[in-house]
Amino acid sequence: MKSAQQIASEVRSGVTTAIGELTTSLRAIRERNDELHVFLYVDEEGAIEAAARIDERVGRGDDVGPLAGVPIALKDNLCQTGIPTTCSSRILEGWRPPYSATVIDRLMAAGAVPVGKTNLDEFAMGSSTENSAFGPTRNPLDPSRVPGGSSGGSAAAVAADMTPIALGSDTGGSIRQPAALCGLVGMKPTYGLVSRYGLIAFASSLDQIGPFAKNVTDAALLLEAIAGHDPMDSTSLPEPSPSLVAHVNDGVAGQRIALVRELVEGADDDVVASVYRAVETLRDAGATIVELSIPELHLGLSAYYLIAPAEASSNLARYDGVRYGLRVDADDVAAMNEATRTAGFGDEVKRRIIVGTYALSAGYYDAYYGQALKVRTQMIAAFKRAYQQADLLIGATTPSVAFTFGSKTKDPMAMYLNDVFTIPTNLAGEAAVSVPFGTGEAELPIGVQLLGPGRSEARLFAAARVLEIAEGRS
Amino acid sequence: MKLPNGWEMVVGLEVHTELKTASKMFCGCANSFGSEPNTNTCPVCLGLPGSLPVLNERAVEFAMAIGAALHSTISPSTFHRKNYFYPDMPKDFQISQYDLPINSGGYLDLPDGSRVSIERAHLEEDTGKSTHLGGSGRIHGADRSLVDYNRSGVPLVEIVSGPDIRSSDQARAYASELRGILIATGASDGRMEEGSMRIDANVSVRKANAPFGTRCEIKNLNSLRSLGRAIDHEALRQVEVIEDGGVIRQETRHWDENLGETSTMRTKEEAEDYRYFREPDLVDLAPDQAWQDRVRASLPPMPAERRRTLADRLTDPTEAQLDAVEVVIDLGLEPWVHSALDRGADITLALARAANELAAGIDGLVNLTLDAFTQTLLMEQRGELSATQAKTVLGELLASGGDPAAIAAAKGFEQLSSDSLGATVAKLIEQHPDEWARFRDGDEKLAQFFIGLVMKSTKGQANGKAVIAELHARR
Repeated sequence: MKSAQQIASEVRSGVTTAIGELTTSLRAIRERNDELHVFLYVDEEGAIEAAARIDERVGRGDDVGPLAGVPIALKDNLCQTGIPTTCSSRILEGWRPPYSATVIDRLMAAGAVPVGKTNLDEFAMGSSTENSAFGPTRNPLDPSRVPGGSSGGSAAAVAADMTPIALGSDTGGSIRQPAALCGLVGMKPTYGLVSRYGLIAFASSLDQIGPFAKNVTDAALLLEAIAGHDPMDSTSLPEPSPSLVAHVNDGVAGQRIALVRELVEGADDDVVASVYRAVETLRDAGATIVELSIPELHLGLSAYYLIAPAEASSNLARYDGVRYGLRVDADDVAAMNEATRTAGFGDEVKRRIIVGTYALSAGYYDAYYGQALKVRTQMIAAFKRAYQQADLLIGATTPSVAFTFGSKTKDPMAMYLNDVFTIPTNLAGEAAVSVPFGTGEAELPIGVQLLGPGRSEARLFAAARVLEIAEGRS
Repeated sequence: MKLPNGWEMVVGLEVHTELKTASKMFCGCANSFGSEPNTNTCPVCLGLPGSLPVLNERAVEFAMAIGAALHSTISPSTFHRKNYFYPDMPKDFQISQYDLPINSGGYLDLPDGSRVSIERAHLEEDTGKSTHLGGSGRIHGADRSLVDYNRSGVPLVEIVSGPDIRSSDQARAYASELRGILIATGASDGRMEEGSMRIDANVSVRKANAPFGTRCEIKNLNSLRSLGRAIDHEALRQVEVIEDGGVIRQETRHWDENLGETSTMRTKEEAEDYRYFREPDLVDLAPDQAWQDRVRASLPPMPAERRRTLADRLTDPTEAQLDAVEVVIDLGLEPWVHSALDRGADITLALARAANELAAGIDGLVNLTLDAFTQTLLMEQRGELSATQAKTVLGELLASGGDPAAIAAAKGFEQLSSDSLGATVAKLIEQHPDEWARFRDGDEKLAQFFIGLVMKSTKGQANGKAVIAELHARR
């Protein structure tokens, strides 16, 4: 499949049409969606309309934007006017938002063509899409394995050439981990770089929307289109969107890159070997390599599994059957709330609501949530110290390549451990990118993770691009 | 009311006031009372999935103005989520301030000279409004419940007093003075009947100087009358319970205006655990000094100062005059009074006409110019209008505005010329020689007799003062 950059350039110059590109995309979806279960909803009509409008404007000589005619898949926790938005939960079945997320408005303004909504772990809680109330998504590279999660549907859409780019959200690794498992570039941008307005909240202080693409340039192109201050999101950074595409070929010469011991610890041998090989590649490209230990990273997982559920327990309170989505009738309001939530939420969501409620309860707050906040402060300080010694950090994205269905569903802790390398970045509110580098078991892709301080996206993409070129992907 | 057997009540008040911002606290929806249900709503104030709050700058300014007027310290503050399920709260949590309120400390001086301390005055959002139909009429046991989210997200400031109040009269005076301050700052319209100012009262009893007793909180007192009655009733109830050998349980109680009594809503054991935590969707609120200074500088005079300014114009004030001053300040009528006084109106007359006629026609105040009020008073003083006629002219001005002289003319309120008044008086003296003789001998009461006769014979067109002048001229 053509890259997003190529499609946009061809559509703008009239070499190809948005409708033509959309047709290719819709055909790919039709061919494999039943097998892979990538899209929960395909908005064929809306997409055709949007593509036709792009072509019409190209015909008039308008500048239709950097993503002109590029089909894009959207994780189904992004609100889009009139389009069913479910978070892969029964509790939102049938709900159609009366408004669109800021990122969707910006995509449309950039000329992109949203084709539909992709599967996820219910309310983005999970690492395999096995927690979707509508059934799991299969990894296009090996359908017996998971695509990762929670943005597994968006990753699979790009990996299966259904769309060249997709949007996901990353609360503890939900973009980077599926990107690694599906052989894609995936970035968790700095907290506040991309507006969260219209992203259905899982854990508000950790959630961030980011791009999936087959290559670094497309990821940069997509992030550039959606980033920048939004007055609708109080936590949005004040600066405009950074210049990213222009810097993808800046290389790493003179950059200090630190291999972090804790970011490879416990990973499979083939994964560790890929990270070491990436380090050598970056050294060869002119980077100075140092080794670092950041022991605080060990605390990330426990802090995350208190902070994220605590916020989720509050964010998900509104699904009470009163105003929208599922309602299970009962004798009085409290009983209706309970019956609705019992029927509407899956096990993992319930587990986290219970944990989060407990962590915030009177008498337990200090021991759990309060303690986790202190760990978070330490984590931020630890990263700050690390970034005095290095410009970027490097490690693994996930401990292993894509795993098979059911292999981690019986033990929540085994599943949670999949995010051990990605969670610290969310706690610190910083940026990280996963880039495919080498393969492991069963020729499945391995993701190498590059981490940077806030607003280091351009440098991260440039370093990722060095690895991508070394792998022979232009 | 005084409690029996040396008991003393200890009261602290929590006053919620809706802020008079154009839009809601976290979105652009109109903040207005009385619209069609669920018309002033959007994804944010309906708490739709994915929506996010953005703080209204004007709400912060009003909160700071209230704090400044209450001598509070304005500090950097944060927002928290107060989590509990209720159908009129669309997110099932309320955004409020918790351990770091925007205003902390302060005090309010009451007209009787007492001082009530202020603990805090913080920002929070209002909930929607539920109406329960059929059955019990309350949420449990109603046939149906309807929710109007127009009020959802309306900005509120909650003002918490210290436990310094010792009587229901003082509680009412505090609420009334606070209401005046809220209106003066422009933060609130203070309309208790529309729910834009609501009061919860924490009531306990103790023997003088003993430690505080266990308190009960009475919710949603929606008038000064309810406030006073509920506090008195609750304090008496507590005294009776204790004197009967019982103990007071900490609980939330409901005031029934019709029954005139409080009843248990929920006990401390049933109290919700609100699981407060920092609202991650909002950033810290830290108004800089320059902003605080701007708010302070634009603060108009508060009721206490305005009361002083007006009372200072009275020499040797009477009780009735001071009562009139109170009404004039409460209703914000002093611009009319001051303007009339500045142009030579009599202060007793100006206070009386403002506290009675203007107060009664307060809704028509927009029609009454300062000049029209002054002119009417001066016409009355000059004897061109009788008291009754002056009141009629003011009523007309409040109803539809206009020029007092023109209204008087249109109503035929031309006073009798002194010639014809003189002739009438002379004729009546002739007809009542005995009474006239007694008046001439110094019986001033007879003046009223002659005024009555003149009024009757002129069908009320004469001016009482002018009649007295005629009588004296002939004595």
